[in-house]
Amino acid sequence: MIGCARAHRLVDEHGVIPVIDEAIGQQGGNLADAYRIAIIGSGPAGLSAASRAAQLGLSHILIEKTDHLSDTIYKYQKGKHVMATPSQLVLRSDMDFEAGKREVVLGTWDEQTAGHDVNVRLHSEVQSVEGDVGNFQIAFADGETISAENIILAIGTQGNPNLVRCPVGEGAVVQYTLDDPGEYVDEHITVIGGGDAGIENALGLAADPEQNNSVTLVNRGAEFATAKGANVKALLAAGDAGRITILTETTASHIGKGEITFDTRDGETKMRCDRVIARMGSAPPRAFVEACGAEFSGPDRSAFPKLSPTFESSKPGIYVIGALAGYPLIKHCMNQGHDVVEFINGNATLKPADEPILEAKFKGLPGSKSVDEWLEYLRANITILEPMTPLQMREFMLDSDVKFYRRGETLFDRADPGSSLFAIASGSVLVQVDADDPSKTVGIESGSIVGEVGLVSGRRRGSTVVAAEDAICVEIPRMAALKLQSQVPPAKAAITRIATERQLLQMFGSGLTKDDVAEIVDSAEIITVKAGEAIIEEGDTGIDLYVIRSGSMVVEKMVGRKPVFLSYLPAGSYVGEMAVLDDNPRSATVRAAIKSEVIKIDGHAFRALLEKNPKLLASAREQVEARENINNFVEAKKDSFSGVVDMYSSISSFLVENGIGEATDVLLIDENLCVGCDNCEKACADSHEGLSRLNREAGRTYAHLHVPTSCRHCEHPHCMADCPPNAIHRGDDGEVFIDDTCIGCGNCQRNCPYGVIRMEKVPPPKPSLLSWLFFGAGPGPGEPDHDWIDERVSDNTPKQAIKCDMCAGIKGGPACVRACPTGAAIRVAPEEFLSVSRLETEQG
Amino acid sequence: MASRGARPGADFADTEEAERGTVSSGARHEGILRYRSSYWGKMALAISVTLIVAYLLIDVEPRHNGGSWLGYTLGTAGVGLILWLTMLGIRKRAMTPGRWSLKGWTSAHVYLGLSLVVIGTLHTGFQLGWNVHTLAWVLMMIVIVTGIFGVTVYGILPRQLSSNRDETTEVQMLETVTDIDRQLFDAAQPLDAGGAALVQEAIDETAFDGGIGKRLSGKYRGGGTARALADFRARPTRGDRALDDLYDRLESLLARKQAALARIRRHLRIKAMLQIWLYIHVPMTFALLAALSAHIVSVFFYW
Repeated sequence: MIGCARAHRLVDEHGVIPVIDEAIGQQGGNLADAYRIAIIGSGPAGLSAASRAAQLGLSHILIEKTDHLSDTIYKYQKGKHVMATPSQLVLRSDMDFEAGKREVVLGTWDEQTAGHDVNVRLHSEVQSVEGDVGNFQIAFADGETISAENIILAIGTQGNPNLVRCPVGEGAVVQYTLDDPGEYVDEHITVIGGGDAGIENALGLAADPEQNNSVTLVNRGAEFATAKGANVKALLAAGDAGRITILTETTASHIGKGEITFDTRDGETKMRCDRVIARMGSAPPRAFVEACGAEFSGPDRSAFPKLSPTFESSKPGIYVIGALAGYPLIKHCMNQGHDVVEFINGNATLKPADEPILEAKFKGLPGSKSVDEWLEYLRANITILEPMTPLQMREFMLDSDVKFYRRGETLFDRADPGSSLFAIASGSVLVQVDADDPSKTVGIESGSIVGEVGLVSGRRRGSTVVAAEDAICVEIPRMAALKLQSQVPPAKAAITRIATERQLLQMFGSGLTKDDVAEIVDSAEIITVKAGEAIIEEGDTGIDLYVIRSGSMVVEKMVGRKPVFLSYLPAGSYVGEMAVLDDNPRSATVRAAIKSEVIKIDGHAFRALLEKNPKLLASAREQVEARENINNFVEAKKDSFSGVVDMYSSISSFLVENGIGEATDVLLIDENLCVGCDNCEKACADSHEGLSRLNREAGRTYAHLHVPTSCRHCEHPHCMADCPPNAIHRGDDGEVFIDDTCIGCGNCQRNCPYGVIRMEKVPPPKPSLLSWLFFGAGPGPGEPDHDWIDERVSDNTPKQAIKCDMCAGIKGGPACVRACPTGAAIRVAPEEFLSVSRLETEQG
Repeated sequence: MASRGARPGADFADTEEAERGTVSSGARHEGILRYRSSYWGKMALAISVTLIVAYLLIDVEPRHNGGSWLGYTLGTAGVGLILWLTMLGIRKRAMTPGRWSLKGWTSAHVYLGLSLVVIGTLHTGFQLGWNVHTLAWVLMMIVIVTGIFGVTVYGILPRQLSSNRDETTEVQMLETVTDIDRQLFDAAQPLDAGGAALVQEAIDETAFDGGIGKRLSGKYRGGGTARALADFRARPTRGDRALDDLYDRLESLLARKQAALARIRRHLRIKAMLQIWLYIHVPMTFALLAALSAHIVSVFFYW
């Protein structure tokens, strides 16, 4: 059947006039009239699938719940530049797509959708999918039903916004998005929801007093727990200034035309209200997908549906593509849309579009195997990859790298930064366990993994690893490794056990073998500790030992009713061994500086290990003595220099409160020395294409110690968590940097809790310093002002995420520190700054 | 660059080292005067003492002057030093890669600049008069004295700047005032014409009123805000509840504005004090270079 669309208008309950396109010839339940393919979701993946189906002449229907195609991109802000990454991936779709403005991209798709005679059904929200392959029943929210033989789910990961639950009267305006806050003037607007979206909308509506909007924000709880600190602060400031009315512990009970009724703590109130903007989060689409019958790979939030190489889910006839299948980039989505329709149409020989990328990855390996053979070879030979499906393997290898190492070649060096995991497919490697004596090695056999400590802790490599014989190893970047662990639970268990075992072996020194620690590893338990929570309390009688797996801990001791900061323990340290040796109560409290993971080791098992190994016992005794010395030292200092100890203690707590516990390198300014010349910012801008990556003045200060807004290069960077093109990496010097595949989506900026990432257009180079000095050419040193940049940068230039890269590759190191004329600025690792030796140094 | 002390799997010996050892210089804040245990200070002192001793021991006939071999040596060294000291302006602005630190440069600039007092003065042989040669010496001394002022304020004021700022940025301070002004404007709507005019005056007062004198002294008296505040405090409300609330709100806003203005003005004053000496130090340096050129040319021309 050919879909021709007929539009008619009606006013829906929100007072908005939508367009509903109804496909002619929809008769639910009748197999003869069933569509061959129903595509749910008209994003890049769905559009591409529908146009392929149209080109092949298959009967199809493209179902979209809004009144326009590709809602996610439609919702981008006006004029936003849409990127086309990865650049090496060829586009295989009947729809065109290249990087450009949102309007151009959407325009092209609208045009081509019409040109290809794609059968579109807009404004159709799918309520349920029932039936089996060959006869699925798709029920819509408006009560209609259609049938289809196959279903392609291309609904993305955005989910549906949660709807207002209270009764909505006729004529009331309720909307779930806000595109342009500047559109509304002289209105009474109620924003429901105290999350970031709601707060940002309310602030936007109240930003310009000229618009004369009277904005009310309603939050169900008393606190704004889910919103970012900066947003909450801005909201409360706007509330204090009288620009926004904030109602907490309040819910809407009825929305009528021109008014809204609230249930507050003190009873019911009524307010004038012309428009309600509801931002109450969204339900992830997982429940819907599962209701359709498709299974997910695991219970994890980050899990994806289980899929075959042809994108078919565990429910035959239901296919999943696009972001929902784990591919957030537009090109991937479009290619999959094309491919999945080919597969449904019986094309068995089609090779995925990423084939050339994988071919290139496998090119350097010995032996001539096809891509599929290599994928199978790696899967079969590496224990943790074994449970993967071919499709998962393919995706996994797109993210990972495989390399052939000659005998003696180095995989990585001790103290290298790196959070990737290495898996050995053939051959074996040697770990040099002693920094001073490379001949002391431990072998790791084929099929196993190495480098897991960096993966778990985010800190530098603990030892050098070389190939013991010719070897083929897969290097798995951190993100791919995390994805692997959530998709393949047995892989997670295996990695955890190996990591625990190796960490123990490495910590307790040479001489121990796997068998020695087997008992301890069996008794080990991995515990997640919230920031501020104590794992050991002073005075307790437990004898368990804790190894810090990720995050960091602070050790405190109560001296005269005040906690005194004793030391800072980064990931990789262990604590609690004193009690094992002397059975005394705990002498200090150990609490998490940030959310951390510790391995809890049974004290009795550890004691048994010590008894069997006199050498280990001796070294443990030595260490305990060293710790006791620190305790005694602080106690002694406490009496003679109590002010200094207090100061040290409170400064340390201040730094830990400000996230130094997860930093690897942080800029600290001594405001006793800082004259406010901003030469650090200027130097930063001049070292990095004219944009400063630090804001000296902003940030917290305690006792004249200032933590400016500048990247701390976190152990597990929040910014990396959700980068669609995977453009954020950790570099050779431990720096976290963004490469030029950045698509300017702003996710990293939103995810950074410290606000150190800016979205900016990169300005052109400035005239040289001398021509400025002698002829006044250009804006001079430092970041040019916005007008200067705007005049020289076209409107089409995309914004990019800009952040500190610790001046990697620039001889001499961080420009901010080098350019400080007074010595106020330093960059340090927290454990260097937070050491007790500071007390001694400062006391002379 | 600070390197990472502890590593995954670092054994306790390492941690102990980190805890008991001394803090590396990179991990410590160190001002320009204490940089490298005042290496440049010691150097400058050694140079000065050596030169003074040499000056006293070496017998120049008929008397010490700029034209003797010692005088020429001192003069050449002085010119070289002055040119190098001037280069700090370039060094500060040219962010070239390399293992230099501006802190080291500034430290050397301060101490070696001070030693110029000895070098330059010994070069004159204490033959001062009303001529271009002495002009160069006087300009040099002005530059040095302003520099000493600069080092002094650099040592004292940053602390005050930091305390006054109290975690707010300059932009935020200005925004606070704008914000209070807007609220004042809204709150003043029910007032009569006289009251509204008073509030308008308060709104019109900005942190930048007054000239450089006020800016540096920090003495602002009788601004619109203070006047309005005094007036509203004195106004009787005669038990009118609404009027009472209105005046209370205006008073609190005006008091807040006064505090906010005071903070910005303090901020600007301290910043001005930290910079003002440069407006003498730098131009005088250029005047010195000009006088020095005249001095050198004339010495050779009229010799």
